[in-house]
Amino acid sequence: MTIRDKAYIAGIYEHPTRKAPDKSLAQLHAEVAIGAVADAGLTMADVDGFFCDNDVPGLGPISLVEYLGLDVRHVDTTETGGSAPIVHISHAAQAIASGKCSVALITLAGRPRSAGLSANPPPNWDVPELPFEYPYRSSVLNQYAMVAMRHMHEYGTTPEQLAWVKVAASHHAQHNTHAMLRDVVSVENVLQSPMIADPLHRLDCCVVSDGGGAIVVVSPEIARSLSRPLIKVRGAGEAIRDLRGGRANILESGGVKSGAIAFEEAGVRPADVKYASLYDSFTITVIVQLEDLGFCEKGLGGRFVADGRLISGVGRLPVNTDGGGLCNNHPGNRGGMTKVLEAVRQLRGEAHPAVQVPNCDLALAHGTGGWLASRHGSATVILERE
Amino acid sequence: MEEAVKMQTPKPNVENQEYWQAAGRGVLVIKRCIDCGEAHHYPRAICPFCHSANTEWQEVAGTGVIHTYTVMRRERPSTVTAYVTLDEGPIMLTNIVDCDVDALRIGMHVKVRFADADEGIRVPVFSPR
Repeated sequence: MTIRDKAYIAGIYEHPTRKAPDKSLAQLHAEVAIGAVADAGLTMADVDGFFCDNDVPGLGPISLVEYLGLDVRHVDTTETGGSAPIVHISHAAQAIASGKCSVALITLAGRPRSAGLSANPPPNWDVPELPFEYPYRSSVLNQYAMVAMRHMHEYGTTPEQLAWVKVAASHHAQHNTHAMLRDVVSVENVLQSPMIADPLHRLDCCVVSDGGGAIVVVSPEIARSLSRPLIKVRGAGEAIRDLRGGRANILESGGVKSGAIAFEEAGVRPADVKYASLYDSFTITVIVQLEDLGFCEKGLGGRFVADGRLISGVGRLPVNTDGGGLCNNHPGNRGGMTKVLEAVRQLRGEAHPAVQVPNCDLALAHGTGGWLASRHGSATVILERE
Repeated sequence: MEEAVKMQTPKPNVENQEYWQAAGRGVLVIKRCIDCGEAHHYPRAICPFCHSANTEWQEVAGTGVIHTYTVMRRERPSTVTAYVTLDEGPIMLTNIVDCDVDALRIGMHVKVRFADADEGIRVPVFSPR
């Protein structure tokens, strides 16, 4: 069974907050859920499927389903880090195609900015790799920095090329009134910002924000009964990528597999994509994804992004026209949700006019959750305006 | 040269305690599968390549080259996180210590040494050789 043409995204909502000291985590989930359901023109009583990952308070969906007052007949809590909301679109489409639900609600929320960055959970020593990472202060930051360092060594990628990813994001973010960082920056600005973890400067890193988002995926019958643009799920793929006992190529992400599966199912090629949302935890993340999804050859991602080629209206492939994680938001340290939301806005023609891609009828959203240099979950979804 | 940062202390479990006991003696060990012959890191009871439970500990010289690294400039003193490619094949996450951080290069030859953590545990780290 394929999910192609079996499900539609009918509702989306992005929480406007970037700092929420006065709201609980459950409250943020509820606000985005209600917002997305209303955007679809449905009610919470219509929701019969609920999808979330480990950012929810409580055990899987149990606490939130009660908090939200849902009456569901299908739940899914697949956890693949920041890419999980993209996985959930695929799983919602599968559930809808097999008759397990017809209105699937996916929520994500988090408040790491209000909670403070030092609020790390105690180590879970049942995690098998942990004793071999913990002593070395392994972190998201140094793992991605090591990918960038190796990419530069192997392919000649330059700090200037990395910086262009941020420059493009800032050009887009200037039009987004909700974005945390709205100043347009230059390559020089990025290179002059403090070095955090060689070769990544402060401006190569994404923001830390509170907030969240939600998506409503529905059956074709329900989609056609609503007065919203028809945004079809055309193909999706997912993959887990790891070190393979210390033998893997750390420059190759799970996007190689998840992207190939998604393009195959959708029956389209990278060249057909008019707009792409790419996970941008760091500037290097975007470069690796462009290569692994087939937008350019392996090793040529740096050249692909240079000279403004990701800027809408300027470059060959507009990427992250909301400002992305680098400038807009990264709610709960999980960027997959917002990647889908901006792709849907582009397909609906509801992006800011300054960044809207003309005749945007095919878009891709891709996430890399976890640690690029060790183990991560990748997810790709290809969406089409009918 | 920068002073070494105090290591954070790992908690061994029944599957990996021999690794930490060896480190306490100043010896680096890796796991090798008797059935398929492949070495892997981090160590597992079950081979990640052929899924045989017939794996054994192997003492190694602890020599290799830097596969990639980063200098965490925000820490004082700066910490160098790296993957080192062991001569036996697998890459291994570690810290590079007792080095000029600005002279580090990918491909640089390094050798294991052992840094003290709490509770008597010693942690393998690497230095240029």
